[in-house]
Amino acid sequence: MIEVRKLVKRFGLKTVLRGLDFQVEQGEFVALLGPNGAGKTTFLRILATLSRPSLGEIRVAGFGLPHQAAQVRQKLGVVSHMPLLYGDLTAEENLRFFGQMYNVNVLNQRIGEVLDLVGLTSRRRDLVRTFSRGMQQRLAIGRAVLHDPEVMLFDEPHTGLDQDACDMLDKVLRDVAARGRTVVMTSHDLARVEDLATRYDVLSKGIISATSKKSELKSGNILTFYKKALAGENG
Amino acid sequence: MAEKQAPVAKSSNFIKAVFAIAWKDLAAELRSRELLSAMLVFGMLVILIFNFALKLDAKTRITATSGILWVTFTFAGTLGLNRSMAVEKDRGCLDGLLLAPVDRSSIYFGKLLSNLAFMFIVEAIVLPLYSLLYNVNLFNPGLLLVILLGSVGYIAIGTLLSAMAVQTRTRDVMLPILLFPVIIPVVVAAVEASGGYLQGMDISELRYWINLLLVYDVIFIAIAFMVFDYVVEE
Repeated sequence: MIEVRKLVKRFGLKTVLRGLDFQVEQGEFVALLGPNGAGKTTFLRILATLSRPSLGEIRVAGFGLPHQAAQVRQKLGVVSHMPLLYGDLTAEENLRFFGQMYNVNVLNQRIGEVLDLVGLTSRRRDLVRTFSRGMQQRLAIGRAVLHDPEVMLFDEPHTGLDQDACDMLDKVLRDVAARGRTVVMTSHDLARVEDLATRYDVLSKGIISATSKKSELKSGNILTFYKKALAGENG
Repeated sequence: MAEKQAPVAKSSNFIKAVFAIAWKDLAAELRSRELLSAMLVFGMLVILIFNFALKLDAKTRITATSGILWVTFTFAGTLGLNRSMAVEKDRGCLDGLLLAPVDRSSIYFGKLLSNLAFMFIVEAIVLPLYSLLYNVNLFNPGLLLVILLGSVGYIAIGTLLSAMAVQTRTRDVMLPILLFPVIIPVVVAAVEASGGYLQGMDISELRYWINLLLVYDVIFIAIAFMVFDYVVEE
């Protein structure tokens, strides 16, 4: 579903991604781990067509980047730590606006389904600026799944959320993954990631330095795996 | 296998996206009134300050009117352009727009439409106020045509440059620095044509300035259409 070969991204003289290879099969839930500044967000922004690669080959859902960016965007749902929503519009108006941008069919029905999924039906006519951070993040997921994308990218979706909001978000994430979508999520929260993902990749020094499937790790061993990956002892 | 959309469906999606963005901006502004109120207050203050500072007699009032009006529209418009893109950037909404599977120039045209609507609302309030304060009749079809053409040119390039300026740390000062040098031909043509109409000149005498405005409108919109994708991408 996602194929990346020898991806390089430079910002001026600084090279952030140094020949990164990455592959994700359909239905996998990959957690992308790594220290601050490792290039996780840069990598996701390239997959999301928000940034151009300097070098390398990328295919998402069968389409090549950057030349088939519009086709890739149709297959993608993206959630970042920013909600990407308009505070002065209601939840329903936000979804309607993005539904029109994604040319979603039977929009009214789909808006109802999505609001049900993220548990915001009772707040559909409230302005988004009156929502808590957790509610905004749930609506952001609703926005991202509105057009029923095949691939979902989550960039630190738990940032700034309290425990209850994180648990609620996890429930929505599990639901999204259970529908067979391919998910790539960056996170610093190893315990949460261990529970959600089916594969863990560590991005360090601009490359994927280690990878492990959930079935290959004993429960609770993700921290050891992560530390070893950063130290260059596995992968 | 690449999916290919029929040209009709593609252009229908494009138009749908343009109007969705314009509607979204207008609906949000109707609730917050942040942008319009700032533009209006600023525009009215400029007119008042000129009124007290210049102390014009009846004859010079006619000749000064076009200059005062365009200074007001230009400065008030800059406020609106800056705010319109800053709102998108601050909450990450620009990324939300860029993620949509539409031709990115539709984002430009959507913002162009909403910025034009804000500009016209400000002009519709400023013009009668100016007429009252300065005792000058501004309800001349020729003058209104010049204001329309001048506003389109100004907002066309302003929307593009505000998308560029909003990516910089000094976006508030960056927009006027980028915009004003580029917009000089439009402002000069608009001031000359407006002044001509106010002094009762015939359209044939003002054709040169009107044509210049038309040409700049077309050029600015065409340039923005071609480069907007590169301006907003990292």
